[in-house]
Amino acid sequence: MNIQAYFARHAQTLLGSLGRIVNQPFATLMTMGVVAVALALPLLLSLFLSNMSAATGNWNNAFDLSVYMNKKASAARVATVAKQLRQRGDVATVRVITADQALAEFRDDSGFGKALDALTDNPLPDTLIVTPTLSASTPQGTDTLKQAIAAIADVQAVQLDTEWVKRLHAMLDILRRVVLLTAGLLGAGVVLIVGNTIRLDILNRRTEIEVMKLVGASDGFTRRPFLYSGVWYGLGGGLMALIMVALAAVILAKPVDTLAKLYGSQFRLRGLGFTTAVGVLALAVGLAWLGSWLAATRHIRGIEPT
Amino acid sequence: MIRFDQVHKRYANGREALAGVSFKIEDGELAFLTGHSGAGKSSILKLIALIERPTRGQVFVNNQNTAAIKPRGIPQFRRSLGVVFQDHKLLHDRPVADNVALPLIIAGVPKREIDKRVRAALDQVGLLGKERNRPLELSTGEQQRVGIARAVVAKPTLLIADEPTGNLDPDLALEIMKLFKRFNEVGVTVVIATHDVHLIEQFGARRIVLGEGRVADPGRPAGALAS
Repeated sequence: MNIQAYFARHAQTLLGSLGRIVNQPFATLMTMGVVAVALALPLLLSLFLSNMSAATGNWNNAFDLSVYMNKKASAARVATVAKQLRQRGDVATVRVITADQALAEFRDDSGFGKALDALTDNPLPDTLIVTPTLSASTPQGTDTLKQAIAAIADVQAVQLDTEWVKRLHAMLDILRRVVLLTAGLLGAGVVLIVGNTIRLDILNRRTEIEVMKLVGASDGFTRRPFLYSGVWYGLGGGLMALIMVALAAVILAKPVDTLAKLYGSQFRLRGLGFTTAVGVLALAVGLAWLGSWLAATRHIRGIEPT
Repeated sequence: MIRFDQVHKRYANGREALAGVSFKIEDGELAFLTGHSGAGKSSILKLIALIERPTRGQVFVNNQNTAAIKPRGIPQFRRSLGVVFQDHKLLHDRPVADNVALPLIIAGVPKREIDKRVRAALDQVGLLGKERNRPLELSTGEQQRVGIARAVVAKPTLLIADEPTGNLDPDLALEIMKLFKRFNEVGVTVVIATHDVHLIEQFGARRIVLGEGRVADPGRPAGALAS
């Protein structure tokens, strides 16, 4: 068989199997719908996860240390400490927030403006925001840094809020595994659904398969249209899943936007990227192909002319 | 060449269809397998087409011991012979041309070549112009001729038919038999199982008579049992 005829034959089979499943629109849409739901669920979960990661921002910021200076320390002394810290190898940046700036910020943000006017004295200390270098941004690295800073004279307190980061990390880790488990189970579901659909299709076309075998069709040849049906189910289901996820993103965009604004965040809901979408389609086709291959290989072998 | 050598066939249900059958059919022969129903005609054809395997004994087709053909080799083997069935075994969801083209599609023949050969085969059975019809739009006799066109389209050297005239009235049956005779005249070995003794008497071809799973009369070309 020459190459051209080979590809022409495959293209013909591909279109033939498409025609066949299009002829039964209801059954086809049912199968594709089940595939779509099975794919959309883990997709939505993972989308939620990646948005959570994005929303909680750059992890490095979470390792910032807030260094509160003694109230009695002079502005010159604060500048010296800042300079001293900048020279450390494990410090990336140091930002100085003077007591006055801190009060002004607090006045703006808290809504206590008038009440604060009643204060005769600024109760806030000068603060240094110390960002560790990337390599020092570990629980151990920041701990060492924290102890070193605490030992400096005129430093009142060093605060490092890593506990919540650790907890969030742990939770996201669990969620990530839940997503993987769900994806694994539902992926197996896709294989089984498509496999079962193909199995029924094969049983319905038993006579045809017998005739094909009688005139010399190999199992591989007989199997081919069923594999292509599986490919179509996967492609259709994958597209439907992407549409479902896109719809979910549209429905969620507004409330998420509102929530983000309430937190004063610039965060916007992220959808699936083009690469991910293509990946989802490829995975859907792959799983459906596997399902149809398993069913077709097994059941076509069992059908012999009598 | 077809050679049966002490072939026994016992089915799973315990029925013994063949009990030591031996005969030989030379290349280019036209032979009828006759006998009462249950005499073993269909079993012999099934063994030739490798639809069944012998319980004992050996079956040679085209100088090949069929016992040596593994399941993977069966499709290739079947492409070397044409089979006609009493119930036609056509695919009703596609037109006549596609039915006839099936063996060529399976063999991977290029499209243009297929169209040409399908038309030639339909011409040989007198059905040119019915390419786009569905099998069920045709008469039984025409459907049988579609089955024959499909069996010969790949130019097999061996043509076997199981009661090909079983459902036809005598005139149509004779037409079909003449068709087989024409293929035989151009060199194809033809083996036809039929219980219609009256019909085949008009052909004067060899008759292998079966009875109770044995060869009751090996027919004219003697020496068939020589080996």
